Parts: sequence; C-alpha cells; structure tokens
Amino acid sequence: LLQHHGGAQVDIYEKLPVPFGLVRFGVAPDHPEVKNVINAFTQTARSERCAYYGNVTVGRDVTVTELQQAYHAVVLSYGAEDNRVLGIPGENLSGVYSAREFVGWYNGLPENRDLKPDLSCETALILGHGNVALDIARILLSPLCLLRKTDITDGSLAALACSKVKRVWLVGRRGPLQVAFTIKELREMINLPGARPVLDPADFTGLENAVKDAPRPRKRLTELMIKTALEKPGEKMMEVQAAAPREWGLKFQRSPQEVLPTADGRRVRGVRMALTRLEVRAGDSAKAVPTGDVEELECGLVLSSIGYRSLPLDPAVPFDTQRGVIPNSSGRVEGVPGLYCSGWVKRGPTGVIITTMNDSFDTAQSVLEDLQVGVLDLSTSREGFGAVESILHSRGVRPVSFSDWEKIDAAEVARGKAAGKPREKIVDPQEMLRLIGH
Amino acid sequence: LFANLSYSSADQVTVHFINRDGERLTATAKEGQSLLEVVINQNLSIDGFGACEGTLACSTCHLIFEKSTFQKLDAISDEELDMLDLAYGLTDTSRLGCQVCIKKSMDGLTVRVPVDVSDIRTQLEVGKQNKQ
Repeated sequence: LLQHHGGAQVDIYEKLPVPFGLVRFGVAPDHPEVKNVINAFTQTARSERCAYYGNVTVGRDVTVTELQQAYHAVVLSYGAEDNRVLGIPGENLSGVYSAREFVGWYNGLPENRDLKPDLSCETALILGHGNVALDIARILLSPLCLLRKTDITDGSLAALACSKVKRVWLVGRRGPLQVAFTIKELREMINLPGARPVLDPADFTGLENAVKDAPRPRKRLTELMIKTALEKPGEKMMEVQAAAPREWGLKFQRSPQEVLPTADGRRVRGVRMALTRLEVRAGDSAKAVPTGDVEELECGLVLSSIGYRSLPLDPAVPFDTQRGVIPNSSGRVEGVPGLYCSGWVKRGPTGVIITTMNDSFDTAQSVLEDLQVGVLDLSTSREGFGAVESILHSRGVRPVSFSDWEKIDAAEVARGKAAGKPREKIVDPQEMLRLIGH
Repeated sequence: LFANLSYSSADQVTVHFINRDGERLTATAKEGQSLLEVVINQNLSIDGFGACEGTLACSTCHLIFEKSTFQKLDAISDEELDMLDLAYGLTDTSRLGCQVCIKKSMDGLTVRVPVDVSDIRTQLEVGKQNKQ
C-alpha cells in the first residue's frame, strides 16, 4: 500500500505488545533464516507513513465499527489463534496438547508460557502429517547442543533437557501420497543427528509407479520417503543409525478414535486408532474410510497437529463458522464496504511466507483499486489514530509504539547474548510493558 | 547506476528483468553477484522479492529463464530444488535468483519474474473490463 500509493498512511494494530505474529511465535527456533523477513517488515514499519500500535485488542479496546469510522479502509489480518479439535473421548486428558499450544510454548507466546508439558514418557504421538508436526518432532528429538543456540525459550530448553522422550510417531489418516509436509522439512528430519528414521517398507512398495508422472514437488517428496524406507543404507550409515539414541517414524492410514487413560483415569496411556483405506475421489483427492480394524498405540504424550482455526473477532464482522474464514472476494469483506481481510483469516490456515505474502498483495491490490475508482470515498477525511487515541485513552489502554518494541527487542538480544542465543524472549507481557515504562 | 563507475566496464554485464506487469527493468550487474543481489542493489521495484535474503528459506526470488540460458547455468542443488518446488508458476526453466550468479557470458540476459496467483486475477479482471 505504501509503495503503490504515495499519500497512504497505514496504521497497524496488534493485540500483543510485540509485533510479527507467526514469524516470531510460529516459525521454529532452529529456522532463523525464515525469520529474515522481519528485516523487510521493520523497514516498512519505520517508514514515515506507517505507525504500529501494540497492546491494543481490536474487538475489546476498540471495535471494528470505531476503526471503520476512523479510517477509510480497515484490513483484518489477525490469523488463526485457535486449533481444530479431534472431537474424540479422552482428548482432554493430561498429556494431550494441541500442536498450537506446544509451539506457542517453546516459542514464548505469552498465553502458552505456563503449559508445563509433561515430557517424562518415552513415546510421543503426533497426530498430523504437516510441517508443524515435523517441527514438533524435530524440537522433541533435536540434540540439546543445537537447540541451545536458538531463540527457543530458556524455560522450554530446561524442560527439554529433562525430557525422556526418545520415540516420536507422526500418525496420519491417509497415505504417503497425501502428506502435507514439504521436502525441506522432511529432509531435515531424516538427517537429524542422533535420531533414526523408521518407515515401514510396506507403506512404500509399489509407490514409485504411482508418482512417476506426478508434478515434480510431489514426486521428489515421495521419492525421498521411498528411498528412506526401502534403500539399505551403507555400512557407515547403518552403524550411525544403530547407535542413534532416538527414533521417529511415519504411520499411515490410522485415524484416532479414543485417547486411552491410565488406570487412575488421569493421564494418557495410549491412543486407539481406526485403520483406514483410501477412497479416491474426484480430482485425485483421497478420503480415509475406516475398515473396521483397530490398533492401539502406546504413548505418554499426544500432540494434535490437525490444523489451526480462526475465530470471529467482532459482531460487526461476518464470519463463516464452517470454513473458519471471513467471507470475502479478493479480500473485500462481503457486505461491508471499506472492510478487507488478508492472510489465514481470509483463505484458511495453511501456507508458508510466500503464500501469505502473495495473498496480502492480492488484498492490497483490492484496496488500491477501490481507492482508484472511488469505491473508497476519500472526500470525507478520516481522523485515523487521532480518533482512536482518545477512545483508547478513555478505556485505559496505552499502545506500544514501534520504537518501544525496539527497546524490548534490544533487551531480548542483550539477554540472549550472554547465553550465545540470538535473543532471550520475554514471555510476560507485563514485563514487556514495565521495560518500556508503561 | 553511478555506484558502478568505480568498476571497469569489463566486469559489468547488462541484465533485463521482465516484471509481472510486463515492464522491462534493465540493470547493470557485476560478475559474481547473484540475481537477487542485482535486484536489491539496483533497487528494482519487484514486489516481495527475496524475503529470506538469499538463505534458501523461501521461493520469492523465483525467476524464469530462456531455455538456452537455463541449460548453461551451474547445476542446481537439492536444497535449491527443495525450495523451488514450492514456487508459484514453476516451469522447466525456473531457478531461484539468489542461487544464480552473473557470468560475463550472461551479458544481455533476459529473465522473467513469474506471475503469481494475485497477478493472474488482476489480468483476468483487466480482461473482463476491456470486454465490457
């Protein structure tokens, strides 16, 4: 918007004191290069016509209607703060966590800082075959010496240092051809020091033929799994693998039916899975259908990694509860002129940086078009933050500026330096506010 | 462009980028620079190019080459292929700009910035408006 419109002033409102969302709280600690995009964001935030207001909860501290009165256009890009639920008995037993809260925990998301996951068992089950599932498996099994140099929180590091988890199964309802994770993350897991991959050759025999004409990405991904499952490693590699203290594997065509409790009824002791077969549907998609057979997998930790989910923000904003998105057309919210949406709350909670970036450009394009043709009426001037400031003040809310964030940033980097980490994240919002004198 | 005056012109190469809107952006580049560096140093207005700053953690510097040039490029690594696999509009002559370095033989090179999903939509809408 700033680049393509010379007069636009863009204000960004964020619930937490600190900016960046998933780039800070979702991307794994051992993937620092993915976070380089923060530099581009920082440059944008520092531009004259852009202002950042953290510690402002839209929907509570200021309503969407109030924002629409203050601004010519309002864009909602608040993502997906919840997760899909399994909807099976035992889901709420101790030892069962959503991937979302576990990732939030090791990444220092304030609302998950007191998770205290129990890592005292040997076997963990991750339900799901996406990149988040792989991230969690990797964090659970990574050698501590590697994690110690990342921006993983100190508290999580301490917990992982005491972890007894040595075996992680990633369980999915469908087959190898339907995995949602991508090859870079899979390759990383296969090459993880100290962890042996365990793939059942039966899951992969005959699969080479099925992908010989597939698009290159699917073909390469499947070939890597086939190779790992079927190829006999060289002598040196066999020694290395035999000596590996930990292991991980992929299990397919298993759908969780019930989380089974320990004798005292309090914690998870295993999961009963329904075995499935795949029914090919139109357009090459496959659906998992139970066969009637079941299997029990023993474990002391279950992580449900079956997808994030957006929540409705404000009564003034239409929300499609079934699809979990704001109804829109190229980012224009249906039935509400001047209101737009972008990112996961617009398209659904999947995608990497390029996906969401392109999507944001799409919404920005809609805003620019509407400015150009007069759908957004610029003849009435709007007060922008001038109007919002008094509203926030009357409600006792004090926003955090971008330069305030830079003070918090500097403090985190300084604290991390002593430990050889890029930063030590502050996980208490009150501590953040005290640091900047609020 | 003035920044390159300190180098001898023998080091320099001219590169053309066809942007998403069809506009041709011409830049001078130095041998050994990656195409991403050329875009950044010359401040070319290609939206969202090089988000991960050349660390093979995204596919936003995806470029499409002519077949003859493509075949002469240095071999592609598994790491580059892994990220390229996630790019929009992947073609048989696609590479990541951060992994392709300028050689003298590339003088006059033309590369195309791939059109992504939002651009296709814009093109369709422009088409619709023209028909009305």
